[in-house]
Amino acid sequence: MSVLVYAETSEGKFKKSAFEVTSYGKKVAEQLGTNVVVLAINSSDNSLLYKYGAEKILNVANDTLKTFNAKIYANVIKQAAEREKSEIIIIDSNSNGLYLAPLVAVNLNAGYTSNVIALPTSTSPFTVKRKSFSSKAFSNTQITTEVKVLSLSKNSFGLVENEVSGSIENFEPVVVESNLKSDSIQQTSGKVTIADADIVVSGGRGLKGPENWGMIEELADVLGAATACSKPVSDLGWRPHSEHVGQTGKPVASNLYIAVGISGAIQHLAGINSSKVKVVINTDPEAPFFKAADYGIVGDAFNVVPKLIEKLKEFKSNNA
Amino acid sequence: MKILVCISHVPDTTSKINFTENDSKFDSTGVQYVINPYDEFVLTRAMWFKEKQGATVTVVNVGNVGTEPTLRKALAIGADDAIRVNTEATDGFAVAKELAEVVKNGGYDLILAGKESIDYNGGMVPGMLAAILDYNFVNACIGLEVEGDKAIISREIDGGKEVLSSNLPLIIAGQKGIVEEKDLRIPNMRGIMMARKKPLTVLEPTTGEVTTSIVSFEKPAAKSACKMIDAENVDELINLLHNEAKVI
Ligand SMILES: Cc1cc2nc3c(=O)[nH]c(=O)nc-3n(C[C@H](O)[C@H](O)[C@H](O)COP(=O)(O)OP(=O)(O)OC[C@H]3O[C@@H](n4cnc5c(N)ncnc54)[C@H](O)[C@@H]3O)c2cc1C
Ligand SMILES: Nc1ncnc2c1ncn2[C@@H]1O[C@H](COP(=O)(O)O)[C@@H](O)[C@H]1O
Repeated sequence: MSVLVYAETSEGKFKKSAFEVTSYGKKVAEQLGTNVVVLAINSSDNSLLYKYGAEKILNVANDTLKTFNAKIYANVIKQAAEREKSEIIIIDSNSNGLYLAPLVAVNLNAGYTSNVIALPTSTSPFTVKRKSFSSKAFSNTQITTEVKVLSLSKNSFGLVENEVSGSIENFEPVVVESNLKSDSIQQTSGKVTIADADIVVSGGRGLKGPENWGMIEELADVLGAATACSKPVSDLGWRPHSEHVGQTGKPVASNLYIAVGISGAIQHLAGINSSKVKVVINTDPEAPFFKAADYGIVGDAFNVVPKLIEKLKEFKSNNA
Repeated sequence: MKILVCISHVPDTTSKINFTENDSKFDSTGVQYVINPYDEFVLTRAMWFKEKQGATVTVVNVGNVGTEPTLRKALAIGADDAIRVNTEATDGFAVAKELAEVVKNGGYDLILAGKESIDYNGGMVPGMLAAILDYNFVNACIGLEVEGDKAIISREIDGGKEVLSSNLPLIIAGQKGIVEEKDLRIPNMRGIMMARKKPLTVLEPTTGEVTTSIVSFEKPAAKSACKMIDAENVDELINLLHNEAKVI
């Protein structure tokens, strides 16, 4: 048996999550006394995975797999799992990963658990801890099938270096048919996405209007951060829907979340609870967000944010 | 076009999350249950297809009798009829299996579900349903048009969107964008009255096969108090983020 990890690439390059799932897969394999096999589709530099413990890499180079198709990819993962006799399959929580994982599970008659945040607490019975109730709780879940599919919650395990001298095998899966066609992909280029960002700077209704987002973008720029917003802000059309975070928006699992002019309603917090460090800037000392924050400044955003930008620029140039 | 909307019955977003029986069960005392917010978005889109394209809309839930008020609410919003598969929904795979039976027997062209249930956040039922039936499936859908037996679907991807095309039958897991917030409907008196008379069929479960089970719940550890920093002293914040939190 083995542990199979699917390492996602984008234009030939591994996503950061690919290293996180590999780090995780290596540790799960150690727990089970077996090896980890990493599946990489159309990647240009597989050797990067060794650093995170990839003992064996299955390299797939196939032009028809250039565009993502969940059904086809799920089938490729299934074939890889069968080839490697994998009992545990680990997938990330990017948009493609979350799309794939339930399909992979059904293909392999496997039980599936999403939002996993830590190593299995027991391997027999196989039990993992996962987030539920929009990060307001965790549930310890047993998977009772022989084959198991897990999706690892982003930024929950982190990157763990574990250099190995692994091997690469070429793998030529059968590519199944699908009449679901991708017509176009529109990428907002050049911007850090909320999903990938280590730091997220988010603005709420306290910013008064879309014209005041310049300073939020500038703060994000200085920090190399993604921008986000509360739900009313996107409902009012001040910011695009893709920036709405919270229970009914995107989840944020960054290292740092900076909330400016956001009250901290329960539905907002539900989406950002998994961020490691939270900073709140709000004029109202009673704003509920302070209870959920690590660092807080009671103050007017229009005064604090420009100062913070200026000081951060100094800090960055001193620490460059 | 025959549309099936899968409705998950979940605690209202403001609910306090507590557990009972040695942290093995969700404590529903005082909890208000609602239509899962993502399902409300896709149900609203289904209403549009009903009104503009003459589609029929069935709503379905896999759950015990306690979920019927939620199904009635969906009927009050405008669905034509409802199905409840009479079993406790504890495992996403088991739910998907039951739904697959409903889909096979009902011959639906379009199956709409939400991206995830906001209680267990599984995000598994629609994809599993699609894989069981081998139907086309699009996750995280933010736009859907249907003409004849062709659908054009937008899906959210990390940092952008993808546009896809598919034949029917098709399974969609949707979210905001498929309709906007302002399009959501609150049932009116007439809708509520009519809903009482609309058919709600109860089916017995077929399989009962489960693949996962929750052993226990935990709540996050209590947070330490927020460190307050003076608005005139943002240097201190930068210092703490750098040296203490080590995030910049
Ligand atoms: C079913 C449901 C789902 C929901 N899902 C979400 C969700 O996913 N995400 C989400 O965000 N919300 C969600 N909400 C809405 C949520 O309840 C709140 O209404 C929303 O988060 C409030 O947004 P806000 O903090 O930007 O605005 P407000 O509540 O208006 O807060 C603005 C804050 O800005 C502060 N402020 C004002 N001026 C300044 C200034 N000059 N400088 C600094 N601070 C200032 C104020 O003190 C206040 O705290 C949902 C609600 C429901 C019912
Ligand atoms: N018990 C259920 N009955 C009917 N539909 C469900 C049920 N559970 C989940 N769904 C549907 O599947 C979607 C995703 O749910 P989940 O996989 O539980 O996160 C929901 O938004 C619903 O549309």
